[in-house]
Amino acid sequence: MSALRITDLLFRWPRQSAPCLDIPRFELARGERVFLHGPSGSGKSTLLGLLGGVAVPQAGRIELLGQDLAQLRSHARDRFRADHIGFLFQQFNLLPWLSALDNVLLPCTFSARRKQRAEPDPRTAAKRLLTQLDLVAELWPQPAAELSVGQQQRVAAARALIGQPEFLIADEPTSALDTERQQIFIDLLLRETAAVGATLIFVSHDRRLAAHFDRTVALDEINRVKPGAVS
Amino acid sequence: MNAVLRLAALSAWSRRLTLGLTLVAIVLATTLLLAVERIRVDARQSFSQSVSGVDLVVGARTGAVQLMLYAVFHSGAASNNIGWNSYQAIAGHPAVDWAVPLSLGDSHRGFAVLGTRADYFRHFRFGEHEALRFTAGEPFASVFEAVVGSEVAARLGYAVGQEITLSHGIGETGMGEHGDKPFRVVGILAATGTPVDRTVHVGLEAITALHLDWVGGMPMPGLNIPPQLVAKFDLQPKEITAALIGLKQRSDVFRMQRFINEFRGEPLLAVLPGVALDELWQAIGTVERTLLAISALVVVVGLAGLTATLLAGLNERRRELAILRALGAGPRDLFLMLTAEGLLVTTLGALLGLALTSLGSSLAAPWLLERFGVVLGARLPGAGELELLGLVIATGLIASLIPGWRAWRMSLADGLTPRI
Repeated sequence: MSALRITDLLFRWPRQSAPCLDIPRFELARGERVFLHGPSGSGKSTLLGLLGGVAVPQAGRIELLGQDLAQLRSHARDRFRADHIGFLFQQFNLLPWLSALDNVLLPCTFSARRKQRAEPDPRTAAKRLLTQLDLVAELWPQPAAELSVGQQQRVAAARALIGQPEFLIADEPTSALDTERQQIFIDLLLRETAAVGATLIFVSHDRRLAAHFDRTVALDEINRVKPGAVS
Repeated sequence: MNAVLRLAALSAWSRRLTLGLTLVAIVLATTLLLAVERIRVDARQSFSQSVSGVDLVVGARTGAVQLMLYAVFHSGAASNNIGWNSYQAIAGHPAVDWAVPLSLGDSHRGFAVLGTRADYFRHFRFGEHEALRFTAGEPFASVFEAVVGSEVAARLGYAVGQEITLSHGIGETGMGEHGDKPFRVVGILAATGTPVDRTVHVGLEAITALHLDWVGGMPMPGLNIPPQLVAKFDLQPKEITAALIGLKQRSDVFRMQRFINEFRGEPLLAVLPGVALDELWQAIGTVERTLLAISALVVVVGLAGLTATLLAGLNERRRELAILRALGAGPRDLFLMLTAEGLLVTTLGALLGLALTSLGSSLAAPWLLERFGVVLGARLPGAGELELLGLVIATGLIASLIPGWRAWRMSLADGLTPRI
């Protein structure tokens, strides 16, 4: 069974005449770590929103871990996202007023499944992840706003990984880091993803990062809408 | 949902300064609204209890409100007096427990002078059947002694032993001085919040004595009877202005009222003071409703400030909302989060406003009584106040729905990547 299977996807934003995504077919195997690139404005973020079930395509199927997202009501899609997907964003990933540790624990408050899968218990799991990601214990109780960008990204990675979600979606998570830290962070992310056997989609416009991944996909290879057509 | 509410609380706490300022605005608005309501209710209460324990007020035939105005509030003049004989006939009626004659028409530096009997201090009741108390001295016992109300004493700086003279007529510009017959203040009454505070009380005989050498409202030329000779005259008045009646049984009140209204000797009027006072309050009630409307507007402004604060904060919180969305929060959760925050601030503000009103009114009660004659009762919030409080919270809920709705829309439009 594949981790993701997209067939005949068609998506258009409300109040826009032209479609933004037209993907006849796209598939990811379980445990695959894919680098997805494309210029900004090519619909990368939109695709991630569709995978997260935040938006619904006008036509076509998105099967995530064997589940057809269109079959789920919006509330169930929110639940599905919380249970199975870990997200990592560009920056401002964390709730600034929560401590680093509490930020990592957030998915466990939204998803009973992730809470249950965070072994032996969420706090221990969170501390283990933070340790593996080289965040010293003194920083754990600090409000996220007081951490450096690099530290914040590592906390965000721990949050995406806690409770062993099957799917990890990273949207330009390294763009706020310098080159050296980018390398370290990507290595870290790949190692941790492999450790839990998760599928990873890593989105970036920076093709130099592609070398680390199992497979590289350009969005305009799978999307029939050409970037110029999208405003 | 509990997780969302917990996060809403933590998020609100992180913005405590802004929200605190909004909270203060709501607390003050609520306090103003409740204070106006409380003063309104209590002013009405103390007004309609300006006189209590008196079953009937009797005067010459006129309107009920007019009779109350001059007999109880000592404002305006009686068109006619009551003959002493009529008074005696009524006072002697078997149903009557006690009767106190009132004679008005003179003044002291703008304060009304009331000629009555020492009984008055015993029978007069105000508020919840409270009797008059003396803060100094005692009731008058002889002709040229006077008892002054608390406001008279405070404003004119009188103490027991003070010599005063009375003026003929009402108002500051007396029509003539009774300068030849000075009075001595022998007693000062405690504040009541009723017209008693603004009254100089003298004996009924003193009024007669003052006017022994007066005819038709003028001093009789060439005639001057010095105070020491006054006692040689019959000081029984021939007329009085009004009378307060207490009955042996309250149930007799309508029978007695009819008896007085159909009195054969002269046209008289008996009114039930509570009913007439309510009628009088109706006439001046527009002011209180206007005041309430104004303070309601203040509340609306306060809540509009809350909505504006939440809406303004929303743009800065787009990231926060997107993160929560990625973590599995639905648009409904975010709506709930924003609405709960607004409702929490409103409810907290309303309750603090109530507490502030209660605290403030108990602290300010003595001062209000002293300065404005308004009796503020120390009590639990009345039904009217709770109703207003409910309205404030309900309006706050409506005001909070707007940012909630915005958050909903935003989370749908933004998806996982806020467009800033």
